[in-house]
Amino acid sequence: MQEKIKELYESASSSIAQVSDLKQLDEIRVAYLGKSGSVTGLLKGMRDVAPEDRPKVGQLVNDLRVSIGNALTEKEEQLKAIEMKSALISESVDITMPAKSSEMGSLHPINLVRNELIEAFAGMGFEIYEGPEIELDEYNFRLLNIPKDHPARDMQDTLYITENILLRTQTSSGQARVMQAKNPPLKILSPGKVYRADDDATHSPMFHQMEGLVVDKNITLCDLKGTLEAFLKKMFKGDLKTRLRPSYFPFTEPSVEVDVTCFECKGKGCHLCKGTGWIEVLGAGIVNRRVLENCNIDPDEYQGFAFGIGLERIAMLKYGIPDIRLFFENDVRFLKQFK
Amino acid sequence: MKLPISWLNEYVNVSDISVEVLKEKLFSCGFEVEEVIELNRDVKGIVVCRIESIEQHPNADKLSVCQINAGEYGMLQIVTNAKNIKVGDLVPVSLDGAILADGMAIKKGKLRGVDSDGMFCGGEEIGITEEYYDGAGGDSVLVFHDDFPLGADVAELLQIKDVIFDIGVTANRPDCQSILGLAREVAAILKRPLNEPDYSYSQIEEDKECPITVRVEDGELCPRYCAKYVKDITIKNSPKWMQKRLALMGIRAINNVVDITNYVLLEMGQPMHAFNADFVRGAQIIVRPAVNGEKITTLDDKEFTLTSDNLLICDKEGGVALAGIMGGKNSAIADDTANLLFECAKFKRDNVRKTSKALGQRSDSSARFEKGVDAYTVEKALSRALNLIEKTQTGTIAYKTVDLLNEKIENKKIVTSYSKINKILGVEVPNEIQKQILQSLNFVIEDGENDSFTALVPAYRDDIDHFPDLAEEIIRIYGYDHIECRLLENATITNGAKTQRQLNEDRLKDGLIAKGFSEILNYSFVSEKDYENFGLDKDAPENAHVRVMNPLGEDMSVMRTTLVPSMVYTVARNLNKKNLEGRLFEFSKVYLPKSLPLEELPVENARLALGMFGQNEDFFTMKGVIEELLSFMHLGYALEYERAEIAYLHPGRSAKVISNGVEIGVFGELHPQIKQKLGIEKRIYVAELNYDLIDELLVGKVYYKAISKFPSVERDLALIADLSVSNADIIKLIRARGGKNLQSVNLFDVYTGKGVEDGKKSMAYRLTFSSLEKTFAEGEVDSIIKKILFFLDQNNIKLR
Repeated sequence: MQEKIKELYESASSSIAQVSDLKQLDEIRVAYLGKSGSVTGLLKGMRDVAPEDRPKVGQLVNDLRVSIGNALTEKEEQLKAIEMKSALISESVDITMPAKSSEMGSLHPINLVRNELIEAFAGMGFEIYEGPEIELDEYNFRLLNIPKDHPARDMQDTLYITENILLRTQTSSGQARVMQAKNPPLKILSPGKVYRADDDATHSPMFHQMEGLVVDKNITLCDLKGTLEAFLKKMFKGDLKTRLRPSYFPFTEPSVEVDVTCFECKGKGCHLCKGTGWIEVLGAGIVNRRVLENCNIDPDEYQGFAFGIGLERIAMLKYGIPDIRLFFENDVRFLKQFK
Repeated sequence: MKLPISWLNEYVNVSDISVEVLKEKLFSCGFEVEEVIELNRDVKGIVVCRIESIEQHPNADKLSVCQINAGEYGMLQIVTNAKNIKVGDLVPVSLDGAILADGMAIKKGKLRGVDSDGMFCGGEEIGITEEYYDGAGGDSVLVFHDDFPLGADVAELLQIKDVIFDIGVTANRPDCQSILGLAREVAAILKRPLNEPDYSYSQIEEDKECPITVRVEDGELCPRYCAKYVKDITIKNSPKWMQKRLALMGIRAINNVVDITNYVLLEMGQPMHAFNADFVRGAQIIVRPAVNGEKITTLDDKEFTLTSDNLLICDKEGGVALAGIMGGKNSAIADDTANLLFECAKFKRDNVRKTSKALGQRSDSSARFEKGVDAYTVEKALSRALNLIEKTQTGTIAYKTVDLLNEKIENKKIVTSYSKINKILGVEVPNEIQKQILQSLNFVIEDGENDSFTALVPAYRDDIDHFPDLAEEIIRIYGYDHIECRLLENATITNGAKTQRQLNEDRLKDGLIAKGFSEILNYSFVSEKDYENFGLDKDAPENAHVRVMNPLGEDMSVMRTTLVPSMVYTVARNLNKKNLEGRLFEFSKVYLPKSLPLEELPVENARLALGMFGQNEDFFTMKGVIEELLSFMHLGYALEYERAEIAYLHPGRSAKVISNGVEIGVFGELHPQIKQKLGIEKRIYVAELNYDLIDELLVGKVYYKAISKFPSVERDLALIADLSVSNADIIKLIRARGGKNLQSVNLFDVYTGKGVEDGKKSMAYRLTFSSLEKTFAEGEVDSIIKKILFFLDQNNIKLR
């Protein structure tokens, strides 16, 4: 009997070792451990064993069962691992093949800049006001201290609808509307489209501006400089400086141009800043007393500053866009760069 | 404004200041030097020589060989083809190593075998014109008519070098539209004295009235009119120094009288006019508005028909000059003019501007008047002109000066305080410095109590009104670099944020970007033809548009009432550039007039336009985008669709989008006919949604809806219906009998053809039932299905 057990163990071991797939392995399991399998047959032959030897033989047969079972399980795991491995190999892909995606869209670069500006100023307590694009002469000019036939009107070629209705030439028109409607303190940001009869590589008949206005009791030129420098640092990211220099706008007094350190050369002088180390980014000033008066705000009590930013100019500087017309050609290859 | 440094130097000593420093100082004070022109910068090595002999060149008929005396440079030999020279002539010669005005370098060499040490020069080679030296204007060799020393440097002798600044003068500073005006600024900036021009002159018969009387009928349009008589005129060339300065400023010399008026215009910034006094009919000048239909022929032979808006200078018979613009032909200065009347006046700038624009007639004078001339300078400039008349011996100044003044000339007074100035600036500029700066700019300062003071404004500074103007004067000279950065430290805290509407718009764009749309921006104005191209006839509401009075061109002449044409053109442009697929959106306003012609501002209506093109796009991808987007925006109401009849959309593939009974937009495929007309080959899908309406339908809030814990049950139904029955019809019928647990009804297959009767179609739906309260009992769903099928059957829709 013991010999038979040994024999069975060896034959089982060798057939398990030769097996190469799970199906054969299962057949072996049935042949040895199944209901009519060889090992089961041994148990059936127990009645031929002497009663005193039965516990010992029983133990041996049982060990044989466990051993074959273990060998089967071990082999099964081996085979499964091999099968998985080959499955993985066959499912392997060329990871450099093109991606399947649904492409995201993009905001227009002008509006990216617009959003960044709003982001920077909203945190400082500015509200956003969007006035009409087709505007009354009164708001675009007269209340802003630019009466009819004022030479400053020559600075801006205006597109007219009627004698008194025009396409606003500046978002400053929103200033007067807000000041008439609300009492100070005011912190207003007014972005939008503006129009002028100008069309070449650096001028577009339609472009975008953002007007800023602060009216309060203790506002000075220093606040103007501080506010704009804080914004410009956010916009152009870096340790840049600003410079004020005298200019003229009818609705501010004093009026300044604001220059910022050239971000290309960091102030050393290059082609972008034409060797000056500075780049002109916006116009600003202390709100003219006449404008406050025109809008029923007491100029002896309140003072304020205003600034106007050309969004195309900022976008051109920020993204290195060489020609203003690119903004309005809307070529998909251009637009997608701003995702 | 051009500023030759040599001329500036006459009024302020700048000889020891470099061009760079001067440029920088002007810039920081508000005068940007836009261009620096360096005249004849590199010219060198041209000297005065005397021709000692001229001989025929041995090998060339047209050339001569000259021996010349070059002073310290010794005796030299020049080979030349010049014909206008003779022995004994003094001529400019460029020696070996010389550089000519055009940059050419001169080297010793041989000409047809004969040595030549240099070249004879004409005015052009030296870089000068007739205005610099008589004879320099021709193209032959310049022969000096002065006894210049041999070997002397011609560049120095004729002062051919100069630096000219082209300065941007802001519109508030008309007083700086002159050499003297800029000199005043430079003097203040450099803290140096200003040497004013000489205004003195002598005259005869100063007690006698001027033989020509002057009457100003419109004192508002002509606040000051001065006139002066000059007799026994000799018309001749003006002196070279004057001609040269005019040339530097780009003005051609004409004769002494015209040159003096031009000189004064440049130097003082005051336009003048000279009448031939003998041609002033009736010996009277009347300044009055023209009579409608009145005519005048100006100096340049152009005839104008005037209106009462035009100010006219008249004699007894009619117009002799267009005020401030140009003199009349009838009274012009000619070579035989014997007596003249100088006019020096202030005309109202608006009127000159208007007249000049209306007539299309411009001149240096009108350009100057349009910027603004002050009444104070009128008298000064006249004196200066008379001084030059005397200096150039042009004629005899006679009789009383006519001076008709219709506005007060007085120095404006501003009462303020040093602390008020500092309150604008935000920094403390010491009182003494404030005072010094204002004084250097010719303000007269009288200190008052405490720190108050009174500033008397110079008469030529019309731009100064209030103390903030003084603050600007002070800080621009003190230096803007003194301004510190302060971040609204003393301002009231305000609550800045976007409005709900602005946040909604941001979300809309977020949604579009997620769906693959790129934002475009188009001009707000289009061509009227675009409406025609899109099949919109004259009566279409889109054709009620706002028109620009003075458009840049027909293609930018009407304000958009729809975003669709620009969107389609954008797509077409992209297709032309082989950008074969894309999703685009524009979020912009259209302008809808309440009445035409426009009497009040139009409604500005925010619209969203979508454009989709490429092989994966069709009517239903666009429909999907619209549904997804509006659901993302939390539209409070369901969407319904109706067939649209839009001229530019495919009649079978377009729809109106309706929500809560409101038509919020249209979308569909571009009409094949329009495509053909525009030469577009691919299919394009466009949508235009009225965002103002959509924004009102947004619920603004999201509420949680319970999710069922119980299993849902699905049933598929294949139905046979007439071709004319729509998906929406069938869903409506199913829903009518589906009960409250019918979660969704989705069409998943449509089939016509074999096995389906002609005129019919098979539509397969998946119905999903779900309950929040329970698991469905056996047969519960089946009995609902039975009801649905029965109802469908009644409506002639059968189970397949």
